[in-house]
Amino acid sequence: MRTLFVLLDKEVRQFFRNPFLPRMVVLFPLLVMLVIPWITTFDVRHIGVAVVDHDRSEVTARLITKIGASDYFSLFDVVDDYTSALRHLEAGEVDAILEIPSGFGRGLELGTPERVTISANGVNAVKGSAGMQYLIRVVTQTCSELQAERGIPSLADAVVVQNRYNPTLEYRNFMLPALMIMLLIMICGFLPALNLVGEKEAGTIEQINVTPVSRFTFTLAKLIPFWLVGFVVLTIAMLLAWAVYGLTPAGTIGAIALAAALFVLTMSGIGVVIANYSVNMQQTMFMMYFFVMVFVLMSGLITPVESMPEWAEWITRFLPPRYFIDIMRAVYLKGTTIAELGWNYGALALSAVIFDLWAALSYRKQA
Amino acid sequence: MGEFLSFVRKETLHILRDSRTMLVVLLAPVIQLLLFGFAISTEVNNVRVAVVAPHRSESVRQAVERVAANPYFTFEGYISQQEIDRTLRAGRADAVAVFAADFDRKVDALSRGESSEAILQLIFDASNTTLATAGSTYLQSIILGDLQGSMPMPDTRLLYNPQMKSAYNFVPGIMGLIFILICAMMTSVSIVREKETGTMEVLLVSPVRPIRIIFAKMVPYFTLSCLNLLTILLLARYVLDVPLAGNVVALVALSLLYLILSLALGLFFSTITNKQSTALLISAMLLMMPVIMFSGMIFPIENLPVVLRAISCVVPTRWYIEAVRKLMIEGLPFVSVIRETAILAAMTVALIGVALRKFNDKLE
Amino acid sequence: MSDTILSVRDLTKKFGAFTAVDRISFDVARGEIFGFLGANGAGKTTAMRMLCGLSYPTSGSGTVAGFDIMRQGERIKRHIGYMSQRFSLYDDLTVRENIRLYGGIYGLTRREIARRTVELLDRLDFRSEIDTLVGSLPLGWKQKLAFLVATLHRPEIVFLDEPTGGVDPLTRRQFWELIYESAAGGTTVFVTTHYMDEAEYCSRVSIMVDGRIRALGAPADLKKEFAAASMDEVFRLLAREAKRTE
Repeated sequence: MRTLFVLLDKEVRQFFRNPFLPRMVVLFPLLVMLVIPWITTFDVRHIGVAVVDHDRSEVTARLITKIGASDYFSLFDVVDDYTSALRHLEAGEVDAILEIPSGFGRGLELGTPERVTISANGVNAVKGSAGMQYLIRVVTQTCSELQAERGIPSLADAVVVQNRYNPTLEYRNFMLPALMIMLLIMICGFLPALNLVGEKEAGTIEQINVTPVSRFTFTLAKLIPFWLVGFVVLTIAMLLAWAVYGLTPAGTIGAIALAAALFVLTMSGIGVVIANYSVNMQQTMFMMYFFVMVFVLMSGLITPVESMPEWAEWITRFLPPRYFIDIMRAVYLKGTTIAELGWNYGALALSAVIFDLWAALSYRKQA
Repeated sequence: MGEFLSFVRKETLHILRDSRTMLVVLLAPVIQLLLFGFAISTEVNNVRVAVVAPHRSESVRQAVERVAANPYFTFEGYISQQEIDRTLRAGRADAVAVFAADFDRKVDALSRGESSEAILQLIFDASNTTLATAGSTYLQSIILGDLQGSMPMPDTRLLYNPQMKSAYNFVPGIMGLIFILICAMMTSVSIVREKETGTMEVLLVSPVRPIRIIFAKMVPYFTLSCLNLLTILLLARYVLDVPLAGNVVALVALSLLYLILSLALGLFFSTITNKQSTALLISAMLLMMPVIMFSGMIFPIENLPVVLRAISCVVPTRWYIEAVRKLMIEGLPFVSVIRETAILAAMTVALIGVALRKFNDKLE
Repeated sequence: MSDTILSVRDLTKKFGAFTAVDRISFDVARGEIFGFLGANGAGKTTAMRMLCGLSYPTSGSGTVAGFDIMRQGERIKRHIGYMSQRFSLYDDLTVRENIRLYGGIYGLTRREIARRTVELLDRLDFRSEIDTLVGSLPLGWKQKLAFLVATLHRPEIVFLDEPTGGVDPLTRRQFWELIYESAAGGTTVFVTTHYMDEAEYCSRVSIMVDGRIRALGAPADLKKEFAAASMDEVFRLLAREAKRTE
């Protein structure tokens, strides 16, 4: 026990003596939490639209005015044939084309409207699909308005949509917990790995290896400081989420802290395992970089796991951040309890045990 | 020239001897491109829907069947009014469709204009914003189907990427991300390591000019990166079925320019620190965030606040991705990416200039 | 307590097809200063690392401080000190912090650590540097500090791997004075070196050539055996036979 304290004392002193690390641990989350949320939005505006109007009725005129007036669109042109609209799209002047069939206005008045066609540029997937969504909405809304004015009953009006847990559909609320996780992945993964392999490169680890320090004690002394760092980072991030974006967890802080503790244990364990198997910093860093990228891009932090092909979704089951993000979003936004998320907590606990044991066992005092 | 080549040989040996690093450098991009290319998609599908229906009339049952049969939705079963919140909170469904009691009668009354009572309530778990936004209109039109008075769902199609295969969209982004990170890490760490072990001083007292030493270091890494470029382009074309619609020569030339820029960025990082750990943290961790977030790879740039849009202009990946999208997927000619090429070239020159200047300053 | 602190029989270490240490056998008596000589690449460091429990022998047997090197590596570590070829104290910790760290690791009490710190630094005339970062000390001082830290817990035997590499002659002298003091205090010293004048200070030396021990005995006896005027000459006679280079 005493040995552990002595080693911890050393780690903490070295951490604060590093000219770069303490500053980074504070500034990196600050920067990420203040800047990135403004970027992470799929809320696209000024989508260039060309309308191909085969109908030229009062109804289509109304629809076109609507599109022109909306902040989401900038109406580029109304043309008669699809080919010329397509040329605009190829030239990058418009992102989406709305094609209205002839007889559309009449059909609407009879209560049997025809289908319109929406084509979007799929090269920029986000803009293309957002443009499509918005066009669908504006067409549907305008049509039911028109029907209502003409006294035609519209079923759409009798449907109530409720967006529970995030009534304003604020995308930021969806991304903030993910950003917190990204911070933990990077800081609690990279730092312990670099620290340990740094001792290998400097040769100081040999002096430790000829002492009777057990590998469990030594590994623990390498992990604990970064658990604390993880919690500092998480605290900074959560305070900023509250102060800047007004987001506080709907569930309990305890539920978040427990999940974060398990996750931080996992990440730092992974860092140490990788460092144990590499001989220099370059190897460690390339391995870490590989896993961090996979964790960040494949765990559902940014894009949904559900939209992946089956084999890819199967891989994500082995990625610890996947369970953590489910917990974070559910607790933060929906107020879900630990008991309701038992399976996710179990998965995180299991990964923490596996990686920390592996970290201690893969550390060799004797070659 | 002779001593330049001998430096190149020395660097090459360094790389070849560290077979594990080399393996990662060559294999990581391949695995990542395949994983991310197939897996990353912003498209919403597989929305899980639970249903509350006090009376399961024929029309209700048909509506539920339509939902279950639709590829975008999965029917998660009937639940009771009381279970709605628990189901959503525990994440067992993404949306709950609540049919009104006497659904048929109310629809009837509605279509005759005799009532305006609500017939259907759609409760979405909006903690997943994208899903709630995209799902609501669609779910509504599927449930109402062709009941009298409903709006038919518009026909939709995405051009250039007809099935909305995500590989198309994200390949340029993944290329931009992988190249810059790997190149910056390789050069920065190889130079800083020599500083740390003191061998840099030995090199600098040799009669070779410092600028040559630096370039000699970059040559083998550039060669490695070219190998990466080749494998990635082949994979993109033949495994991910990206069309490579445009001018392939232009695409390769642009990518080579981007590789040089990324190596120069690593060189620049190596001049601001003397510690390997710091160099690595900067070139892997600190660089990763802006490159993923600020490059338009996932989140569109056009709609950022002005200040942030300005910041995104200094992220080279942004320009590279824009140009690769045009060349690779839209199949536009080289002229259409002249602006991006010019910007990348200017950045490369500026980075090399600043880095060499700082490098020489240190010597004095 | 036996008079032999270290004893090895047929100790061998192979790396693939390469035999770094080839069936060496010798004993070291308690209180000796044992010089472990050999050219670069002769296998000295590899042999020493096996004795310290840093590396597993491929075959052979041996005991250090009464413990088996094959099975009781971790027990041995309580009773030995080690100073590696590469300086391996923490550059970013101060002199005091380094001493406190290793004192703590070996289970010395706080009071004991404080007492020995003062004692050590006085021996080195070092007191003013107690709060200096180790990284900013000159090499000679670092080496002396490393030696004192390696013997802080009063080990039964201390292994020194080329402790005087790269330091000036004056510091080397001071260093050997420290070694003598330790030996006088009952610590056995096992030292490798390149400097043949240093070999003359040892009670006994062994000379390794190509992974084997070619000569073993007191410096005076070896000089007689090889009819040489100095250890330097003995060494050169033997080293000439070496087949392998670094």
